[in-house]
Amino acid sequence: MKAYFGRRYTISASHRLHTPALTADENRATYGKCNNENGHGHNYVVEVMVGGAVGVDTGMVVDLVALDQAVRDRVVDRFDHANLNLDPLFAGRVPTTENLCRTIYALLQDALPAGELEHVRVEETENNYFEFSSGG
Amino acid sequence: MVFITRRATFSASHFYWNDAWPAEKNQQVFGRCANRNGHGHNYTLEVTLAGEPDPVTGFVVDLKWLKDVMEREVLAAYDHKHLNLDAPEFAHSIPTTENIAIAAWKRLEPAINAAGGARLSWIRVYETPEIFAEYRGEA
Repeated sequence: MKAYFGRRYTISASHRLHTPALTADENRATYGKCNNENGHGHNYVVEVMVGGAVGVDTGMVVDLVALDQAVRDRVVDRFDHANLNLDPLFAGRVPTTENLCRTIYALLQDALPAGELEHVRVEETENNYFEFSSGG
Repeated sequence: MVFITRRATFSASHFYWNDAWPAEKNQQVFGRCANRNGHGHNYTLEVTLAGEPDPVTGFVVDLKWLKDVMEREVLAAYDHKHLNLDAPEFAHSIPTTENIAIAAWKRLEPAINAAGGARLSWIRVYETPEIFAEYRGEA
């Protein structure tokens, strides 16, 4: 039977929303407080959902310890306590949470110990979140 | 189509063990969860139904009715129980979060179908706020 296993991780990171494609005034108008020159930060919650057949022997879609290791290696160690703007993956890209969400999806897509990546959800604060799914 | 979700909590103990494996393999695969004396969680069960709101009541489903069904079919069997020892479906199946979600579906689906209105859409079981499983009725 197919089921889905979900796991939530926290990463604390800083960023600044700013694009050289816009003028300083346009950046301020577009990004508001998030355009603050020295940046700011969030405790992001990254929800990873993996779909797959439930193992007859294990009762599991994916081994939690192995999933944690993959997410730690690919995502948490990379972004936790880091400045997203300085990561090469955001060179020339604004580190909005939309882009962070797609970036994390791409980093994990081929790194799972079992199953298929169903979705990645990134919660920037308690009041906003973004999701990218396999259908996207 | 509107989706409606009802949440409930239950507290239960369990352990992970495959009788077909030697003890060493159980410990290797399941780690701390293989402790035969068990451990426990405060689980959260989320049941989502899909349907059209009734033109008279505006309800997809009466939430009090859904609460009662969840209590009768799932919580009565799982709350303050040892899942391996008290729930017959886990006598030969490991009570992982995935299997609990599937088992809760099997427990709820007949009563929800018999009511003839909204359909069961998915079930989520949170073992902790950071670990959960979802079942959508797929084979």
